[in-house]
Amino acid sequence: MDHTKTFFLDGQEIPFKEGQTVFDAAMTAGVYIPHLCHNPDYEPHSSCRLCTVIVNGRPFAACTQPAVAGQMIQNDTPELREMRRTLTQMLFVEGNHYCPACEKSGHCKLQATAYDLGLQDNHFPQFFPKREVDATHPDFVLDRDRCILCGHCVRVSRDVDRKCVFAMTHRGIKTEIVVDSPTGLLKDSQLTVEDEAANVCPVGALMLKRKGFQVPIGERPYDQAPIRVDSVKNFKVREERRHG
Amino acid sequence: MASKLKVATCSLAGCFGCHMSLLDIDERLLDLLEVIEFDRSPINDLKRIEGMVDLGLIEGGLCNSENVHVLRHFREHCRILVSVGECAVTGGIPSMRNHYSLRECLDEAYIRGVGVENAQIPSDAELPLLLDKLRPLHEVVRIDHHLPGCPPSADAFWHFLTELIAGRDPSLPLQLLRYD
Repeated sequence: MDHTKTFFLDGQEIPFKEGQTVFDAAMTAGVYIPHLCHNPDYEPHSSCRLCTVIVNGRPFAACTQPAVAGQMIQNDTPELREMRRTLTQMLFVEGNHYCPACEKSGHCKLQATAYDLGLQDNHFPQFFPKREVDATHPDFVLDRDRCILCGHCVRVSRDVDRKCVFAMTHRGIKTEIVVDSPTGLLKDSQLTVEDEAANVCPVGALMLKRKGFQVPIGERPYDQAPIRVDSVKNFKVREERRHG
Repeated sequence: MASKLKVATCSLAGCFGCHMSLLDIDERLLDLLEVIEFDRSPINDLKRIEGMVDLGLIEGGLCNSENVHVLRHFREHCRILVSVGECAVTGGIPSMRNHYSLRECLDEAYIRGVGVENAQIPSDAELPLLLDKLRPLHEVVRIDHHLPGCPPSADAFWHFLTELIAGRDPSLPLQLLRYD
């Protein structure tokens, strides 16, 4: 294993192993790169573009960009911060995100990322789209109002659980999550609480029933530590678990 | 010492929780009142702003025509206008009605509601007309600053007001920034 190769992230020399992405190398070195559609436990997807960094003058998604020796990469710049703020604001206005009434508050990556970016308003007009809530399943609620279309449930149900319970349908602003079942309802799908997809939603779109307020507001993960601290810590724990 | 800054406040489609949170700064109110004085506000029950004020704090979104009139009145009379709380900033909980048509909302409340007798939808000419959808403030007038939170904590109010009065950027630090 070659440990000597490095690239420069905001001037800091970051070592990487052959085959590592810019994202993985940065997080291993303790540098947070904001992200929503990427969960380090699974293959990167590079669709939310929040992790966009400037590599040798050109924008790339850090979660899929392979690290190359000598790259000059910018991550925490006013321009990238502004772009990430705008992307996050657009996610907020495209859905119906009622933080005061959401059980995921304090444990929600969208909310925690917005805090990290210092969002105090949504800038754009609210879409207030009409989206369906599916509470038919005995163990789950699928609240599409809160969905940010990160695709975690789709990918994990397909690649890990081998069930393909979820898929995305339509295009552009009409894109939404659909359920593979004869009725289109969650109750008639193969989703069970044992599925890995059951716990993968980074927002409050797919939630287990009867778990509400088990952890009180104020004691939730992002109440304890901001997402940039929590993400790096979890990434390191995961790396140690993987590589011993 | 320079004359005190004039501050006007109001609650539109809100719950007054933000005003309660402002009052929750407790004894710091006395320090605040050294440098500000309230103009139109539910705190002193004045109904209109006369002349110009330095700062307007608006809680709540826009659910009816009167809300829009009051908001425009504030914009015309406030040098700096601030959206205070989730309802003013994003629409908040009252905007949950946007999932339904106005007719469905009125039917639910006044026709099919539990315990309703002599069911009828109120139509007195004195009542302001409801808007088709509830809207956050920045969609109707220019807003200079946003103070999110449901409600913004007393410390968030204190930080925001003291920084703004001192002429600094009143953005909330991470530990005071909450949407719930």
